[in-house]
Amino acid sequence: MNVDDERLPGRILSLLAPVLVGAGLLLAWQLAVELNDVPVYIAPSPLQILRTLVHDWGLLSGSLLVTLQVTLVALLAAVVLGVGLSMLFVQSRVIEAALLPYAVILQVTPLVAIAPLIIIWVDDSRAALVICATVASIFPVITNTTLGLRSVDPGLLDLFRMHNATRVQTLLRLRVPSAAPYFFAGLRVAAALALIGAVVAEFVAGTGGTRSGLAYQILQSGLQLNIPRLFAALVLITLTGIALFGIVTLASRLALRHWHESELPAER
Amino acid sequence: MTPAEPSRRHAAVVLDGVQKTFPNGTRALAAVDLEIGEGEFLGILGPSGCGKSTLLRLVAGLLRPSSGAIRLSPAVRAAPVGFVFQSPTLMPWASVQSNVRLPLDLQDVPRTEADARVARALDQVGLRDFAHFHPRELSGGMQMRVSIARALVTGPRLLLMDEPFGALDEITRHRLDRDLSALCAREGLTVVFVTHSTYEAAFLSTRVLVMSSRPGRIHGGQPVDAALPRDDAFRASPEFTRTAARLSAMLAAAMEEKAA
Repeated sequence: MNVDDERLPGRILSLLAPVLVGAGLLLAWQLAVELNDVPVYIAPSPLQILRTLVHDWGLLSGSLLVTLQVTLVALLAAVVLGVGLSMLFVQSRVIEAALLPYAVILQVTPLVAIAPLIIIWVDDSRAALVICATVASIFPVITNTTLGLRSVDPGLLDLFRMHNATRVQTLLRLRVPSAAPYFFAGLRVAAALALIGAVVAEFVAGTGGTRSGLAYQILQSGLQLNIPRLFAALVLITLTGIALFGIVTLASRLALRHWHESELPAER
Repeated sequence: MTPAEPSRRHAAVVLDGVQKTFPNGTRALAAVDLEIGEGEFLGILGPSGCGKSTLLRLVAGLLRPSSGAIRLSPAVRAAPVGFVFQSPTLMPWASVQSNVRLPLDLQDVPRTEADARVARALDQVGLRDFAHFHPRELSGGMQMRVSIARALVTGPRLLLMDEPFGALDEITRHRLDRDLSALCAREGLTVVFVTHSTYEAAFLSTRVLVMSSRPGRIHGGQPVDAALPRDDAFRASPEFTRTAARLSAMLAAAMEEKAA
């Protein structure tokens, strides 16, 4: 690593570099489209996409809200169910042995393959989307949290035992804090998977004629050859993913900054 | 464990033919008879694998003897036994204060009373000003002091220590040994202190047991005739040098016995 990276100009440069790369790529894209007279139904220029985003905001913002809602509700369900199951798993190896195979089956079966079934079985289409996105995102929550709840300092466990701590006391005062770093690592993956799950499920449901989220807009725009709107919807999905990742990272930092190695300030 | 009284009035702990064989067949401890007097500072010295940690964990109630009985005096049983581990064993997410308060929190002691007792325990180990620090902000020696404060906070009469200063540098270790000696004498604590250092055993103890291994058993004992608490002057005294030399010889004989 370059020693200069530690100095202030170096740090500004390391922040500026990705922005410059992005700006350069966008400029190149804009020029390539304009100079070659590429038709808008093949590839719109960045400026056209931006114009579409502003012009179609009424339509797209409604879809954004739907996708966002499905993603967030699914993520919340994955966290509540996943953490609950993990807590059950660490109470008894038998319970874990009985249930874990089914969690694995859910994980390894491709979502696109089961989404149509879920959409047929569940009457309320919004609920079906939430279930699909939950199925997609729950696994990393379960595996990481279970691992974390088990990764307890054996000495501290002895100490709790010596003071006749109850199961609940050991869980809340020892296992849950020990699991926090593992949980947040799982949450980062789960947040991305929840969005992917929501989009995939919308694609599947969208063909059934449900007016809804951003994926539906992509599908419709594709059929109507409204490529600028397709790109605009794509940009919104990407931004949603980035925002989710940022929020989870921030929550992790706030929860762990006082003690965990992964979130300690670099200068220490 | 039977609630029977120890045979002698002034015994804090009595081990009566205590044996421990682990489920995998390892015989960790062969029939140990031992009486630990009230106010005694008992050092336990031995090569690794001689069952000294097992002995300590049996007394703490973390393990059950395979046969034999361990009896604690009523005075000892009146409060939880204090235990100090090889490493500080602190909760990294909690402040020094919360770490020390843990045994009281587990017993649902009211917060105001608990905080007063935590403040006193931190005073005892000289960490009054560090209550709001996190463990990672403290040196290894200070973390060990926090661990001792946590063991003291419940007001134990018996303190069990499992090679607590083994990982510390010598200067820190000497200072902690000296402070521990003063603290235990002041509080009149009964202490069982496991170590693999003959010097540390000689410095701290009123009596030292030397153990040999496979299976773990008591090889011999050696009283240390010097007033408590011990200070740095004691390190230069003929009694200290003599005791350390004798313990070294006993330890060598104990290892020899194992090889035979």
